[in-house]
Order: sequence, then C-alpha cells, then structure tokens
Amino acid sequence: MAIDAARKVEPEGIPSPRAAVICAHCGLPVPAGLVKAGESLQFCCHGCRTVYEVIHRCGLDRFYRVREETDVAARPARTTQRKYQEYDDPVFRQLYYQPLADGSQTVEFYLEGVHCAACVWLVEKLPRVLPGVIESRLDIRRALVQIRWDESQVRLSQIARMLDSLGYPPHPAKDVKARTLRRQEDHRFLIRIGVAGACAGNVMTLSFALYGGVFTGIEAQYSQLFRFASMLFGVIALAWPGSIFFRGAWAALRTRTAHLEVPIALGLLSGGLAGTLNAIVGRGEIYFDSLTILVLLLLVGRWLQRRQQCWANDSLELLFSLTPTFARRLEGDRIVEVPIEAVRPGDVVEVRAGESVAADGTVCEGQSAVDQALLTGESRPAAVAPGDVVHAGTVNLSARLLVRVEAVGEHTRVGKLMRLVEQHSRSRAPIVQFADRVAGHFVRVMLIAATITFAVWLWLEPSRAIDNAVALLIVTCPCALGLATPLAVTIALGRAARRHILIKGGEALELLSHGGTMFLDKTGTITAGRLAVVTWTGDQAVRPLVAALERHSAHPIAQALVASRDAIPSPLAGEGQGEGEKWLVAGRFLDHPSPPAPLPRGERGEETPTSSNRSAPLGSSLCVSDVQQTLGGGIQGTVEGRSLVVGSPKFVRACGASIAPPLAAAESEIIASAATPVLVAVDGCVAAVVGLDDPIRDESPQALTLLGKLGWQVRILSGDHADVVAAVAARLGLSGPDALGGLSPEEKVICVRQAAQSGPVVMVGDGVNDAAALSAASVGIAVHGGAEASLAAATVYLDRPGLMPIVELIHAARSTLRAIHRCLIASLCYNAIVGSLAMAGRISPLWAAILMPISSFTVLGLSYAVRTFGGRP
Amino acid sequence: MSVIYVVLPLAAVMAAAGVAAFIWSVRRGQFDDLDTPAIRMVHDDEDEPDAGGKEIGMTNR
Repeated sequence: MAIDAARKVEPEGIPSPRAAVICAHCGLPVPAGLVKAGESLQFCCHGCRTVYEVIHRCGLDRFYRVREETDVAARPARTTQRKYQEYDDPVFRQLYYQPLADGSQTVEFYLEGVHCAACVWLVEKLPRVLPGVIESRLDIRRALVQIRWDESQVRLSQIARMLDSLGYPPHPAKDVKARTLRRQEDHRFLIRIGVAGACAGNVMTLSFALYGGVFTGIEAQYSQLFRFASMLFGVIALAWPGSIFFRGAWAALRTRTAHLEVPIALGLLSGGLAGTLNAIVGRGEIYFDSLTILVLLLLVGRWLQRRQQCWANDSLELLFSLTPTFARRLEGDRIVEVPIEAVRPGDVVEVRAGESVAADGTVCEGQSAVDQALLTGESRPAAVAPGDVVHAGTVNLSARLLVRVEAVGEHTRVGKLMRLVEQHSRSRAPIVQFADRVAGHFVRVMLIAATITFAVWLWLEPSRAIDNAVALLIVTCPCALGLATPLAVTIALGRAARRHILIKGGEALELLSHGGTMFLDKTGTITAGRLAVVTWTGDQAVRPLVAALERHSAHPIAQALVASRDAIPSPLAGEGQGEGEKWLVAGRFLDHPSPPAPLPRGERGEETPTSSNRSAPLGSSLCVSDVQQTLGGGIQGTVEGRSLVVGSPKFVRACGASIAPPLAAAESEIIASAATPVLVAVDGCVAAVVGLDDPIRDESPQALTLLGKLGWQVRILSGDHADVVAAVAARLGLSGPDALGGLSPEEKVICVRQAAQSGPVVMVGDGVNDAAALSAASVGIAVHGGAEASLAAATVYLDRPGLMPIVELIHAARSTLRAIHRCLIASLCYNAIVGSLAMAGRISPLWAAILMPISSFTVLGLSYAVRTFGGRP
Repeated sequence: MSVIYVVLPLAAVMAAAGVAAFIWSVRRGQFDDLDTPAIRMVHDDEDEPDAGGKEIGMTNR
C-alpha cells in the first residue's frame, strides 16, 4: 500500500510524542493514545478503520486518489453498526418504497457525512459493490441519494448496511410527497421564466426595429407587422407566465388585503389591453416591450427568493430525517428493529443508553436516568425505575431499559403537543409585509392620479385622454419595489445560511428588524445546556481518581466530572495544581496525561453523552475496582487502593463519611446558588465538595446587552425549576418578573399570546415543550440541538449554539429592511418623475423602455450593496 | 412581398422550438441538481475495477 505508507508523515528519528500520525482513512491526526505500534495503517477512530477496511475489500481504493483531487477539509468517518432490519419491514416498505414499472424499487435516503466529490464517487459506485443495486445517484448539496434496486437480488437493509459501513449512515427521506410537489412547482416556475424570457427577448428585438423607425421613419406595413408580432409575444407573456400576478392580485382583492400584486397586475392589465387595442387599430403606443421585461424581471426575483427558501427547507428536512425512525421491539426473546410506525400499544421495546424513547410507556425492566429537557425543559435528568412513565422524545442516558408501550404516534405527549403547534400555525394571522403595505397606498395614489389625468386630458384633448391615463398606469408599475423585496431578502437568507442560520420565510426578517419582546428558553440558549463543574472546594488531587471512577457511569453528572478532570481548576484550587499535568500511573509517567482532546466524533454525536465514552484509553489505566452505582445517589468504588464515594450529600453521608465544617459551608453555599452539590469522600472522609451547574455561556451577558440596545425586551420563559431560573436571571441581571420558570407548554403559549398584544414577540427555544410557543410567537427561533418538533414550529433555525447568532440575525434583519427602504425611495423617485411625464402626456414608449431598466438596475445595485451579516457575496 | 414576412414567422418558430426544448429539459429534471453533475463528470470515465497504474492522469500529484 504505497499510498498509505506515504500518508504517515512522521519524520524518522524524531521521537516527538506529538508527531502527526495520519489516519489512513480521513487524513486527520491520530490521537497518541490510539496509535498502534508496528502497524503501517493507523486510524483515528473505529469508524475510520471500518470504512477503510470496507473500501479496501470492495476494491474501491481509488476513492483516496479521487479525494486528493478535492480540497475539502477531511472528516472522520462515522458508522453506526446498525442492522437496519426495519428497512425490510412491510410498514417501512409502504411508507418509503416507490415501485417502478419494471419491477425495481426506488428509495430516497439522506446520507450523513457526504461532503465532497470523492463521496459522490464512492456512493455512486454502490451498484458495483452490491449486485442488485441498479443505480445510485447522489445529490451532494441536499445529501440525498436515490437508490434503484432489484428486490429479488438484494434487500434494502443490506444496501443500508453497506452505506453505513462506508461511513454514510442512511436515513429515509421522510417527506417524499411534499418534495415531489415542490419539485413540480419548481418546474412550472422555471418554465414560466423560460417562456417569459423568450417572449421578452423577441419583443425587444422587434421593438428595436420600431425604435429605429421612430428616428428614421418606417413603412407603415412593416411597422404594423412588428406591432402585431410584439402583441403576439406580449399576450403570450402576460397570459402564461404573467398569469401568476393576476391570480395573486385577484386573491388579494377577494380577501381585501393590500398586496404588491395589485398595482403590478393593474399595470400589466391596463398596458396589455391598451397595447392590444392600439396594435389592432394601428395607432398609438404598444407597451409590450416594457411589459414583457417587467414580467421576466419580477419572475426572476421571485424565483431567487423561492430557491433560497427551498435551500433552508432542504437543510431542515435533512435534520428532520436524522431523527430515528426505528424501535427495537422484543419479539419472544429476540430483539427486532422495526419502523416506529409499526410499534403498537402493548409492545415491549428496548431503549439503549443514548437513544431516545420511541413511544410513551412504562418501564418494565432496567434502571436509568432520562433526560427530559426537550419535553419539559427540565435540565436535570430524572431517575426512572420499573413502573415509571417515560415519554417519547426523551433521551435514555445511562442504562438499557425495556419499555411497555402505551401510546404511539399522535397519541403520545409529543404528538399532542404537535397538534397544538398545528392549531397555532393555522390560526396565526398572515403577516402583511412592508412592500405590501406600501402597495396598498400606492394603488390608491395611482388610481387617483390616473383619474385626474383622464379628466384633465378629456377637457384639453379628448382623443389622448385614455392613452395618457394608461401610460401613467404602466410606467408607474412598481417594478423596482416588486424586485427589490425578493432580492434583498434572498441575499440576506443566502448569507444567513452560510453563517448557519436557516430562515424558512423572508417575512421573519421584517418582524425581527423592529424590536419587541423576546422570550428565551433557559436551557440551550442562555446556558450551555449541560451540567459542568463550576466549583471545586477541597483537595484537587482526587480529581483524576474521581474521573477514573465516574468513567464507569453514563450519568450526566459523571460525564461532567470526567470532563472536568482536564479543565482549568477553579480559583479555589490549591496545591494540587501540577497534578493534572503529569501523574504517576502504575509506576510510569504517561506521555499524555490529558485525554486525546481533539478526538474526532460524528458531528451529531455530541448530543448523546454516551458517545464520548470511547475516549477512555487513559483513565482506564488507573486501577478501578468494586464499582457500585446507586441510582439517584451516586457511585462508589476502589481507585488505586483508596475507597471513593462520590454522590449526592445524602448518599455520601449515608455511607458514613464525615465532613469538615469548611466543606459543609461550601456545600450550603452551592445549594443556595441553586447548583447541584456533589460530595467526594476518600477513605470515609469528605475530601472535596463539587458544585455542578448548567453554566451560563460566556457570551450570554454581552448578547443580552446587545439585544437590549437593539430594542428587545428580553425575558426568560423556561420549563426548568423556578429557583434555577431565578438564579440564572440573577446572574444575568434580569429582574424577577422577567424570568419565569416552571412553566408548562400551555402556560408558555399564554405568556407569548399576552405579550403579542403589545408588539412583535420572538420566542427562542429548543424543546418540544417550546414548540407551541414557537408557533404562537411572531417569529419562532429554534436553536442548535433542539427537538424535531421545535424545528417544525419555528421560522428560524440557528445551527450554532449560543445567543450571538440571534444578535447577528437581528442586525441582518435591520440592514435588509434598510435596503428595502432605500429601494423603495429610489423606486418612488423614479415613479414621481415618470409619472409626472406621463400625466403631462410626454412619455413615449422609448422613454419608458430606457427608464425601466435604469430603475431595475438601480434596485439590483442597492440590494447587493447591503451589508447583511457583515459581508459581501 | 418582403423577406421579413418569411423571416419573422421563422424566428418565432425557432423561438418556440427553443422554449419547447427548455420545457422538455426542465420536465426531465435537468435543472433539479446543478451541483453534483459537475463533480460526477470528473470521475465518471473509468468503470473497470482498480488496476494498478491505469489512471495515471488522475494521480499526477
């Protein structure tokens, strides 16, 4: 393997422990703890090793050479080793298989981990690796693969396992029907643009002949021919691509709402009718040159905005599809993976540590801690034992559970909350956009001006009255405004997406630009959303011992203690400072006392705490024995010959440990600050008191100040315990009434509704419990790591943690709206000038044809000049 | 009878043909994915199993 030998770039003879050993699959450095002596191929993780072996076995080594051609940052591979049995289930087949006429089947998967040209190559080589797969086509931007296969030769579960072992875990694309509809709508839109473009191009060619005729004279027969031909193309352009404006205007008129379509349709209609009439009678102006260009430009503007919103939707659909679609059902003494849709009440399902519960039910076997943050907002995990109720959507943290299903699908608590979301989104009043509000006044002014023009000219020179009134209506058609809004919005949405802010609808930007009330959910937005050690009072030297012991537990507190071993010691840290750097383990110094920190993980792996457990090659070198866990209490064991008890104060005291007064004071201090105290007892004596809390993000106070300056009154609306919320609010300087805790989803909705009476309300949240409030608010913002339901309910999704993206979003919204305002002013100036010319009867089609593009290009320039999200394209 | 009476309808017919071709390609999904085909064409050429130094052109780094 010549290539692979070359990948190991470690220079000979330099025994630096940090020398870069490169992973043979992903090309990232291999953590020192995982380097295996004497092997020519090194891997940074198990996933990469599996993928490399599969690729090699299938004779697809060329993958690595293809990848060298691309300059994309390397990523470690992730494999799940799942069986994907549920993909062969009849229920799954009914939901996702699409049979073709020739007997083969197709299915669409979202693939995790596809990111470069080599991925396309590898995924599309599937037919060569698995006989029976007929075709495999990857859409790299959507990460969507379409697979066509012959069922008699290969099962879908085999295909899925192969994709998984290549490092691309598949997820069935859930909304095939909606996407097909959208694709058809896209096609229709593109065809409209094509037709409008062809008509506009031809009419312009003909018009140039006519413009020439204005200056040099033209024979009447040719002039008449060109006018007829223009009319033909113009009528096609208005009747086919232009019909969407008439339909939109008609709908707006029927519901008596102001809409930009109305003045546009008015201009198009009057121009079309007058032009046709004049072409037939053979005198007066025809306006088809301006009209066809107008139709084309407006359609292009809308197309751009539509495409941008579709991108945001695609990315969100991908996130939806990542949520599990299977459950492990107990059948006799076997465990079978079945689609969630196939689970029925009464079934017993297995939920492993780190997985989310598929349905509501009661625990019938096993003890574990369950993270209900997404459902209730409560950041501390709840202990469950047989007989306890668990809900769909909660995450099982520490141990395997067997759950007897009681409710599935829409009968679960999540399902009921989702119905609430639907109700709210239906009852939400449509947002009247700025451009539409302007359009309302615009129509009135134009109609009055046209009437005046008509009346005055009727008195002056009756033969020109109709012509001049119509000319006015056409030249003042708000093309610039109709183009400016979609363009400015499109640019903002595109730049937002590049900064990991996905916006589903452009109107959100407008609402965000004003200011109003902003409700924040505590977990995941203001705070980090997981427990961390905030204070450590007492002996620092026991930290590694505690970490070694806690490694045996998957409880969030244990995770926090393990993670804190290499964290910077708190200011209270005493003499044991140097201990973390180099410790004596089993008689020798380890080169790397810190764990392999940059251990690559699957991108989404960080949400499941247990997935970090494989980074344990070092801590395990401390001798740990007699580990015993007590649910809801703590853990005890012998580490390096010393007996350790780590747990809640009650549990540690019950184990007979004595506590010195200074440490007891520290403990009550922790309790007073609403943090969670954990005692560490070594050999029967409390050696340290640890305070664990969900720490406030570093940038949160600054972000809150900025939001205040931008005109937002920030309030906290949390399902977490009221005391905890009050403690967070106190640290952030928010007053009591602005920080509400212990709220149910319904109460959150009521709060949002109340605030909505006095202005725009933004709700920021991540959980299912926020979903209804998100959909009730004017703008719902779902944040990083949130539940599927909150994504569905929100208009904006932040794929970056913290509050800073919100500040950025609001800045962007303001600059977008400023751009729209500038365009409006430019457009109004243009209309005032051309309008007065038309009223004076001095407008000619040539003038209109010159001024129209000038105004459109001004708008284009103004839209692009806007500095949304601090950057240019 | 000027030639323009022939040319103009002819131009219209050609425009219609162009539009028809465009509509056909849109309906066939030619515009659905504008990113992957550009990548695909770079390495779609060889289809036989990896055979040593066969594709020297690809590995000239």
